Amino acid sequence: MLKMTHLQKVYRTHLIETYALRDFSINVREGEFVAVTGPSGSGKTTFLNIAGLLEEFTGGEYRLDGVDVHGLDDNARSRLRNEKIGFIFQGFNLIPDLNLFDNVDVPLRYRGYGTAERKQRIEESLGRVGLASRMKHYPSELSGGQQQRVAIARALAGSPRLLLADEPTGNLDSLMARGVMELLEEINRQGTTIVMVTHDPELAARAHRNVHVIDGQVTDFDDEPKLRREPGIGSRESLQAESVSP
Amino acid sequence: MFTYYLQLGLRSLKRNPILTALMVAGIALGIAASMTTLTVMHLMGSDPIPWKSDKLHYVQLDNWSPDEAANDDGSPPDQVTYRDALALMEAAKADKQAAMFKVSLPVQPENPEVKPFQSLLRATYSDFFGMFEPPFKYGGPWDRRQDAEHARVVVLGRDANEKLFGGQDSVGKSVRMNGVDYTVTGVLDDWKLRSKYYDLTTGAFSDPEEMFLPFTTAVDLKQRATGNNSCWKAPGAGWEAYLDSDCVWVQMWVQLDSPARLAEYKAFLDSYVNEQKKLGRFPRPLNNRLPDVKEWMRDQRVVSGDVQVQTGLGFAFLVVCLVNTIGLLLAKFTRKAGEVGLRRALGASRREVFKQFLIESGVIGVSGGVLGLLLTALGLVAVRALYAQYKSVASLDWMMVATTIVLAIVSAVLAGLYPTWRACRVQPAAQLKL
Repeated sequence: MLKMTHLQKVYRTHLIETYALRDFSINVREGEFVAVTGPSGSGKTTFLNIAGLLEEFTGGEYRLDGVDVHGLDDNARSRLRNEKIGFIFQGFNLIPDLNLFDNVDVPLRYRGYGTAERKQRIEESLGRVGLASRMKHYPSELSGGQQQRVAIARALAGSPRLLLADEPTGNLDSLMARGVMELLEEINRQGTTIVMVTHDPELAARAHRNVHVIDGQVTDFDDEPKLRREPGIGSRESLQAESVSP
Repeated sequence: MFTYYLQLGLRSLKRNPILTALMVAGIALGIAASMTTLTVMHLMGSDPIPWKSDKLHYVQLDNWSPDEAANDDGSPPDQVTYRDALALMEAAKADKQAAMFKVSLPVQPENPEVKPFQSLLRATYSDFFGMFEPPFKYGGPWDRRQDAEHARVVVLGRDANEKLFGGQDSVGKSVRMNGVDYTVTGVLDDWKLRSKYYDLTTGAFSDPEEMFLPFTTAVDLKQRATGNNSCWKAPGAGWEAYLDSDCVWVQMWVQLDSPARLAEYKAFLDSYVNEQKKLGRFPRPLNNRLPDVKEWMRDQRVVSGDVQVQTGLGFAFLVVCLVNTIGLLLAKFTRKAGEVGLRRALGASRREVFKQFLIESGVIGVSGGVLGLLLTALGLVAVRALYAQYKSVASLDWMMVATTIVLAIVSAVLAGLYPTWRACRVQPAAQLKL
């Protein structure tokens, strides 16, 4: 689903070169739930930005769902991002003056769906996160946990193959965090690949596989995906998780 | 997506009402200042008779002094002499022709309730009505036979008919002026003239005369012109000497229905002047001119330099307002960098972000345009109140309304281009804590 090989990201000024990612390789298979951990400044965010096609890389190869993203123009990257990837942010990033319906509608607009299909998808995805009855409410009328559920609904509405989550429970209390995590696990069980950056070892432990990043390199990883209770996608039988050592 | 972006634009206007009000007011003020002056300039210089302005030609013959030109730019006098006008009328070489001058006569109404008053009249030929096409409410003009017979006939303007006959059909009735009775042949309807282009020698924006009478009759009754009268040598004593002099006080128009007819008439004028030279007149080199309506208006500077300067200042003010709007839009769009980053992450290309923000600028432009239109209308009310002579040209027509709205949108979109471009350059990764 997501394969980076010897990826490199260098920030250059006329004085200095800073390597944010150095010879970074990772392979996330379809249906996996991967937690990316590491200290601040290790390169987790850069990895997630590049994975989400929000930032260019300077070397190596990145294939998203089999597509070599190097050299794609802005339109193609935007289309790929819109069709394949859903984002979940730590700060929810809902648009405050749009109600829940319109917030979830945003990525669907760029997909070019018709009115009826958009409505159906919005209602379904808000229903999936338990907020179907609050479609006309505004983000400010919701709790943090509910706002993150709306963000998840927005990420899911376009049926992405890959969810990128950055500290999705970072702004939530433990009760709400548990609820959001359970929701992500449920989404993953239904077949969506998830890559989640987190500082929380407890959350990381619930992923199939952990990838530890230090100084822009993958330094440690579980090469044995955790056994799942549910059969099917993501189970030991079907999942061949692989982290390619740098 | 256009409707979606339009909705977002409207929503965005509501979100920051003060900022929005400042931008809309800025554009509206700039638009109002520029459009008020532009409207006056446009209407002043607009073609008063577009369907035939290229066929109506003003006759200029250079009968002036051998020592100096009539005008600084070397052009011939703005009017012709009576004897030349008469000769051209009698030659009748044009498709239509009308010599004319303005007279002032005392009117003695039959109705004792209406006090006698002094009225301005145009002494002209019957072709005048066919050439300049004033609308008739009752009756019609006198005919060429009555021109030749020096008939005591008159065409009343709408106001004069209202004053003398209460607006009733007065055709066939009599009007006494300076002790002479004139029979009414026709009554004009409301003649809306933006400029009194048929006689620019006494002010381009004065009202048409209240009545019209035959040129021949006015001369017969020795009515002197109340307009400009210029002589380069003394005319001699007495009415006949005055008519025979080289003083210019008659305006002469001809209608020439094709370029070939124009060429023929030019040749005729040259021939006429050359004949006159043999008689010792026209000492200057051949310098006849036949400007059409628009050329004559330009020549007579109907749109004055002052008005052009005011229009320039109006547009300079619009530029200042737009620069201000650019600053405000920059502030507004910079504040939306987070939203731009989010939309980019959710699949919006730079092109889509560009469209969204440009449409938002357009929404501001339309709002500014509508308010600007109202302010323009107020500005024109002020122009009419302050400058009575501009009352016929200080009003909005549909073209200027459309121009106002289009100018507002174009201005706002232009002002929005740079801030929008900046918004498109937002790096989503820098705006989102991923």
